[in-house]
Amino acid sequence: MSLSVDIRHTLGDLVVEVAFEAPGGITALFGQSGSGKTTVINAVAGLLTPQSGRIALHSSVLFDHTHRTNVAPYRRRLGYVFQDARLFPHLTVLGNLTYGSRFAPRDNAGPALEDVTDMLGITSLLNRRPGGLSGGEKQRVAIGRALLSHPRMLLMDEPLAALDTNRKEEILPYLEQLRDVTGLPILYVSHSVAEVARLADTVVVLDQGRVAQVGPTEHVFSDPGMVRQLGLREAGAVLPATVTTHHTDGLTELAVSGGTLMLPQVDLPTGASTRVRILAQDVILSRERPVGLSALNILSATVTEIRAGGGPGVVVQLQCGQDHLLARITRRSAQALGLAAGVSCHAVIKSVSVARHDVGRS
Amino acid sequence: MDWLGPEEWQAVALSLKVAIWATLLNLPFALLVSHALARWSFPGKQLLNAIVHLPLFLPPVVTGYLLLITFGRRAPVGAWLEQTFGLVLAFRWTGAVLAAAIMGFPLMVRAIRLAIEAVDPKLEQAAATLGASRFWVFATITLPLILPGLIAGAVLGFAKAMGEFGATITFVANIPGQTQTLPSAVYSFLQVPGGEDAALRLVAISVALAMAALIASEILARRASKRINGT
Repeated sequence: MSLSVDIRHTLGDLVVEVAFEAPGGITALFGQSGSGKTTVINAVAGLLTPQSGRIALHSSVLFDHTHRTNVAPYRRRLGYVFQDARLFPHLTVLGNLTYGSRFAPRDNAGPALEDVTDMLGITSLLNRRPGGLSGGEKQRVAIGRALLSHPRMLLMDEPLAALDTNRKEEILPYLEQLRDVTGLPILYVSHSVAEVARLADTVVVLDQGRVAQVGPTEHVFSDPGMVRQLGLREAGAVLPATVTTHHTDGLTELAVSGGTLMLPQVDLPTGASTRVRILAQDVILSRERPVGLSALNILSATVTEIRAGGGPGVVVQLQCGQDHLLARITRRSAQALGLAAGVSCHAVIKSVSVARHDVGRS
Repeated sequence: MDWLGPEEWQAVALSLKVAIWATLLNLPFALLVSHALARWSFPGKQLLNAIVHLPLFLPPVVTGYLLLITFGRRAPVGAWLEQTFGLVLAFRWTGAVLAAAIMGFPLMVRAIRLAIEAVDPKLEQAAATLGASRFWVFATITLPLILPGLIAGAVLGFAKAMGEFGATITFVANIPGQTQTLPSAVYSFLQVPGGEDAALRLVAISVALAMAALIASEILARRASKRINGT
């Protein structure tokens, strides 16, 4: 299952000219506000008709300007989860959840109501009205409603943006499950680097209406050229990792391709594969293997690229096993250490964030 | 109801019959036109809007006269209706229904249009992404959400139909037992000496009916909006 998008649309001053392929899994459309993300997802849903181009899901053409094809939104069968939930106020939660199934083709079995309500933890809400639900509950019902319309793909436009941090943490595990359990392809619009790093298999970075970069998440996040788009504070590599040991002192040991990482208590079983995110600003570089340091995580690495920005800082890309790390250091330090492509060094990692849920990538 | 004379009773019954028919006939058209005005864009929208509202701004006598020269037995549309369906409007209670319907139509459209405009189009979009065609979006989302407005519009139209006088008396005259509605009867009684008592009784009934309709619509609308916004 893959979605291919190639559209052109002018919206006021913004010219959106976007082409990409979403291979399956979660594809994140990432960009700042005004980068054209919502235009693209609405064009895929059929809520907006692009001025030209083509959109196809698998072998079915949804929109083709040259052949004058434009499938009506209700015939596209794409479940859309909006930022603002958009639950129907006159229906109960159950009524909202089952709304789409009456329009779904009979031959398509789709997920069962019970499975969806169990997975999303909304079984106890079925007889309630949307008016009395919390933001997080509303959003989970909206996800369930989209799932139960038997969609061929899910579209999510910043589903967490309207929620506070706690509510986000409440929903994220469900999204991870959605990806792993249902296997539905998901197009996920977000301007949050953390969300994208945690969820996405493929990232499409949009910048002022154009595709700045597209590729697997690990690849895009370890590209020094993407630091500006991701933001200096948020930039950092994403690495696949496996939980190897839970130590008795409360530390969990994870294996990455370039060595091992020690982290405070990770709630994942031994053997689980997950994903760690190491911010570029949390990496210190040293030519010699440092001794007498409190930091536990030191990986040996080789410099692959040094990219200078406008300011006093540079971004160093490092090869670490089969994966890449990014480090943000000052130009002065880079010169003092004599860093250049091919030079080997040690990366001292101050902190690591881990996706809570087993990523189980295929 | 022995305190009402047969003529008075007839006028009340006829007015109720005319108003109920006018309201029921108007509802589907008012829904369609309101939806078109609120949601669609098409050439001639302003013209349609103007035509719908015309009866509000024209003197009712003028509307009645226009009806007469359009739907009279010798007028083109009137003659055609009589030949094809055997339907005669002029000087019949059916004509009173038409006059009342046309006079009430703009009021209904205004109320329903406001209600439709208050429905968030984003909800209709969401329904479409869940597989609902235009018709189903209207039937399952828009219609239930505008129910309070629809009730308000229907009551306005009903009240207007009950009270219609100018266009009715011009188009179908004031024939007791046939086209004499409640307001026409009040008018007639006031023209004859000693008719004040009868007129006053009809006025009292008029006030009571209007109050009843208003209270009923309030209760219905409140119930409907509770159903919509309930928690």
